Amino acid sequence: MTAGEVFLVVTLAAPALGAAGAALVPARADRLGRLVATVAAALAFLASLALFHRTIPPMPTVPRSRIVPWHQVDLRWAPGLDLRFHIGVDGISYPLVVLTALLTLICCIYTLWAVPAVEVVSPGAQPRSTPPPYIAGRLLAALLLVIEVGILGVFLALDLVLFFVFFEIVLLPMYAVIAGWGGPGRRHAARKFVLYTLAGSVLLLVGVFLVVTRAGTADLVKLSAAHGAGLSSGLQLAAFVLLALAFAVKSPLWPLHTWLPDAHTEAPTVGSVILAGVLLKMGTYGLLRIAVGVLPDGARRVAPVLGVLAVAAILVGGLVCLAQTELKRLIAYSSVGHMGFVLLGIATLNATGIQAALIGNIAHGIITGLLFFLVGAIKDRAHTGEMTQLGGLRERMPRLAGLLGYAAIASLGLPGLAGFWGEAFAVVAALRHGGPLWTVLAVLAAFGGALAAAYFLRLLRRVSHGPVGPAFAGACAPLSAGEVVSWAPLVVLALAVGLVPGVVLWLAHGPVMELVAR
Amino acid sequence: MSIDQVALLPGYCAAGTALLAFLADLLVPGRRAVVAAATAVGTVATAVAAIAVGRGPVRRTFCSVGCSYVADHRAALIAVVFALLTLVVVALSVPSQSLGEYYFLLGCSMTGGVILGYTRDLISLTVAVETLTLPLYPLVAFRRRSVASAEGAITFFVVSVVSTAVTLLGAALLYASTGALHFTVLAGALQQGHRQPMVTTGAVLVIAGLAFKVAAVPMHAWAPAAYDGAPVPVAAYLSTASKLGGVIAILYVAVDALGPALDIVGPALAVVATLTMLVGNLGALRQTRMVRLLAWSSIAQAGYILAPLGALALSRGRTPPAMSAAVAATVGYAVFYVILEIGAFGAVVALRGDQDGGPIADYRGAARRAPWVTGVFTLSMIGLAGLPPGLAGLFAKVIVVRALLSGGAAWLAIVVAVNAVIGLAYYVRAVGSLFATGDETARIRVGWPVAAALGAVAVVAVVVGFAPQLVIDSLT
Repeated sequence: MTAGEVFLVVTLAAPALGAAGAALVPARADRLGRLVATVAAALAFLASLALFHRTIPPMPTVPRSRIVPWHQVDLRWAPGLDLRFHIGVDGISYPLVVLTALLTLICCIYTLWAVPAVEVVSPGAQPRSTPPPYIAGRLLAALLLVIEVGILGVFLALDLVLFFVFFEIVLLPMYAVIAGWGGPGRRHAARKFVLYTLAGSVLLLVGVFLVVTRAGTADLVKLSAAHGAGLSSGLQLAAFVLLALAFAVKSPLWPLHTWLPDAHTEAPTVGSVILAGVLLKMGTYGLLRIAVGVLPDGARRVAPVLGVLAVAAILVGGLVCLAQTELKRLIAYSSVGHMGFVLLGIATLNATGIQAALIGNIAHGIITGLLFFLVGAIKDRAHTGEMTQLGGLRERMPRLAGLLGYAAIASLGLPGLAGFWGEAFAVVAALRHGGPLWTVLAVLAAFGGALAAAYFLRLLRRVSHGPVGPAFAGACAPLSAGEVVSWAPLVVLALAVGLVPGVVLWLAHGPVMELVAR
Repeated sequence: MSIDQVALLPGYCAAGTALLAFLADLLVPGRRAVVAAATAVGTVATAVAAIAVGRGPVRRTFCSVGCSYVADHRAALIAVVFALLTLVVVALSVPSQSLGEYYFLLGCSMTGGVILGYTRDLISLTVAVETLTLPLYPLVAFRRRSVASAEGAITFFVVSVVSTAVTLLGAALLYASTGALHFTVLAGALQQGHRQPMVTTGAVLVIAGLAFKVAAVPMHAWAPAAYDGAPVPVAAYLSTASKLGGVIAILYVAVDALGPALDIVGPALAVVATLTMLVGNLGALRQTRMVRLLAWSSIAQAGYILAPLGALALSRGRTPPAMSAAVAATVGYAVFYVILEIGAFGAVVALRGDQDGGPIADYRGAARRAPWVTGVFTLSMIGLAGLPPGLAGLFAKVIVVRALLSGGAAWLAIVVAVNAVIGLAYYVRAVGSLFATGDETARIRVGWPVAAALGAVAVVAVVVGFAPQLVIDSLT
């Protein structure tokens, strides 16, 4: 076993073992459990960093090997189900793997300091003024680690059936996080989340096996290399539609997005961060790697529909945000818009668009993760997310207001910060695709980008500026060390990716060229 | 006619188990430990005998134009599964049942199940199925001074008798038109084109009657009443061993005997499977009692079990490889299902002791009162829903969908998929109640036989979850 293979296994095994360890710690040593989880997450993060591989893959061969993993592990699991434990990492998945490991680590660190309480208060009751007690934080941390295993597995899987298995792992732990540690409407939101996303993943199951039974293999490397050869045009179309639906629920793509605002509004801060930061990326990554990579013909035929829906998502997300009065809901809907840009990039099916989608994925993960942390911190102090109740944050908590401003500006796509590249290049890619349809889509998407500026500036005006709102009337706890420590990496990364987007683009350049080549 | 006694050994052992339980109760009356232990030993002996016979060459006996009793690998597997399921049910029964008759009846029922796997003609099959079912009428009524128990038993009895009559009528029609009862002979006759309307009627009637055993729509209505009225271990037996018996019987009849007439049986099975999934899942959505919820869910599960056979409706699904894939998928799903189902019922027994299943609201706070049992319950229920961490259930769904798609029945695969989503709604509700805040005063004590059985089932569920190939390999 080479070092790379060891790191690959450790990346998956560390959180899995950490989750078991944290869950088995007795209740009276709750903090120890959270510590165990944090150590495991740190190990996974270090291992994921170590996966980096400097050598450039060899030049294209004939027939093309479209996925050239840096490292891979390929073990027999259940041949009767066409299932192999085949994982690997390449330039497309590497940034997402690192982002997942980083966000989980940050969230675990965050749980060391604060775990939202399970409130038994009815919706109409007065919010409590005392800080929430720490309840079963070790279990929350353990669930976060299980979710990490699922997400990492999705990004690493090089076997279609294995991909599906990992895709499913995420569902119930996320349900438990929302239902166990969420806000007053958590049960409804959690159920909506789990039913919507399960509907998506059963379609994935059917789509995956439609491909596997016809192609006779589930090996993603082989399937991608075949590039749709041997799969009839009709089958490709049917399978692509199934897979695209599955990934569209997860991403989420308008009009299948309605679970997202509810889930985000009710989820605890760490749940929202993971959900927006990396869980949604399973959808876009799957669309890119599986649907587009394996079924290129189906992708070409459905791409215009995807493009139209993506632009609809951008516009709907923007317009809803303009009318939104609840902070977390606003950020959630802004996610719909941002993911619309990512999907638009993929739908163009050209190298620029896919690069835009990849960097958009990463940027959205960093910035929206940060935004949810900040909004969570505001809600912890103000006990409300209603913007009419807030106001004057700049006077009460200047540092938090500054960070919020920074994150909002990054999210609306100011050049020099991470959010800019993905959205700008998605528009450029649509223009480059040519034709009247795509030109119109590009114009509309650009208009949607302007909407983002409008609603984020409105948010800042309401929350940071103006007279001090009733919610901030009482004393506000200053930023804790845990908050500062867990936010710092995201603040730095938002700037770093914005200034040097080449880091992500360069890594993915080779694989993307392989992916789009005919 | 010489009789191969060795081939009959598993059957003798099973019948001996029933007698042993009876004798033990007679010789040492009032000692439930002795009776239960004697029954347990008998089930283990049956399993060992079945394995021993199954490892040798295929043995046939009671042969005339065809053989009525064939001891092959497949039959051995079925016998072992029945014996082990009975063993688990015996362990689950220890806290609540002390009468020797109870264990005697359980042994009798097991005998039917063990023999069922070896039968190769319609009459033997019906007799085996009846031997499996008959002891269950009194067993369902075993919760004394309970009206629900008596009602459940009567419902079960009436529906069962009617369905047996239907099966026999179907068998008679088949015999009248082909002159054959043995599966091989019947298949041969159908191959040569006996295609009167009477054959069609007979085939559909046989399948319809057997559908009762698996609680498939339209013969499903008895299940919730019988399960909820019966002692919980008996409900566990009904939903696993008894249902498995029905599945085996349907498989034997549909594929072995009526294989050449699959263009008749296939569509019927596809319709039954679709309706069973839908009705079961929709019915379960509204349930407020735990055992009733499990009963409706087990109806839906019967639909998933039969679904791969629905692929036989299409001519593309009737090629030999597609057919063997469909059969393997049905048996494979059934095996995964019985493991998870007995885990769920075992957890109910552990949480409720000798009480009935009770309302779902009573389970609030179970996670803190009995964390390990709740863990097994969660694993089983989530597995039945077909999601990780219940990997066994996930792979079971994968097996079914894969078989359907390779048989070209994509529409049925989508039906299965949609039903999985409906199913999750109630499984999540039931599991969620375990973790809700509620009465958390005392930890629940679980007796060692129940704990051991539950632990063993959990270990098996986890192992086959990580190594589904073990189940797939054992089918071939």
